[in-house]
Amino acid sequence: MEQKTKIKAENGKQELLIAREFDLPVALLFRAYEDPDIVEQWMGTKVLKLENEKHGSYQFETTDPLGNKHRFNGVIHEFVPHQKIVRTFEMENTPFDVWLEFLEFEQLTSDTSKINMHLVFRSLALRDQMLQIPFAQGINMAHDRLQDIVSKLK
Amino acid sequence: MNLRRDVFQAIADPTRRAILLLVASQSMTAGAIASNFDSARPTISKHLQILTECELLEQEQNGREIYYHINPQKMREVSDFIEPFRKMWEQRFSKLESVMKKIRSK
Repeated sequence: MEQKTKIKAENGKQELLIAREFDLPVALLFRAYEDPDIVEQWMGTKVLKLENEKHGSYQFETTDPLGNKHRFNGVIHEFVPHQKIVRTFEMENTPFDVWLEFLEFEQLTSDTSKINMHLVFRSLALRDQMLQIPFAQGINMAHDRLQDIVSKLK
Repeated sequence: MNLRRDVFQAIADPTRRAILLLVASQSMTAGAIASNFDSARPTISKHLQILTECELLEQEQNGREIYYHINPQKMREVSDFIEPFRKMWEQRFSKLESVMKKIRSK
């Protein structure tokens, strides 16, 4: 099966490209980023604030399985309906420096669309660390499952 | 025992994977790492030695303490290194698509 989501992380570049095509008209794809109720549904996050305008800001909050709350925020630099969002992204209370996100929405046909995300990081190290988070979570989950199995054997 | 040292051998062991996870967020001393595990200290030391030999971990002297931190360049050698990140986005986008399809059909 062809992979729908494409990630490009070139060696030595402090940036990341994420692309995905959708069976959705571009207006609906854009609405998924614009409407706080919908953002909550697919991002699995609580939207504390979402001001869709130039110089507006946003703040999201997620709760992990242990009940810890994590907040994310940023400032919106450009907001062009059905076309483009430029914003910063920051994880609160972490050593990660803020990064810049360029989200471009593209109509392919009347029923299909595409998003291109271009993330720019302060350093190469920061980009690589970002990429590691799900990797580390993945190996941790595998580890937890193994713990479960082993503890049942005892 | 010490014949083959590569990243794949390093991540084949669950304790070593758990160590990498710990150190991924911040550099730590051997003592601090060991305090997260029930295993005996020499066992953890052995794991740290293997991870260092595989260059997944790097040592850094800070005063009298040696801190371990992750070597991202080496982590990237693991062929599917980027795959969990891609999967995370794949899941997110699939959710987006299904949520929007439901909204459209309403």
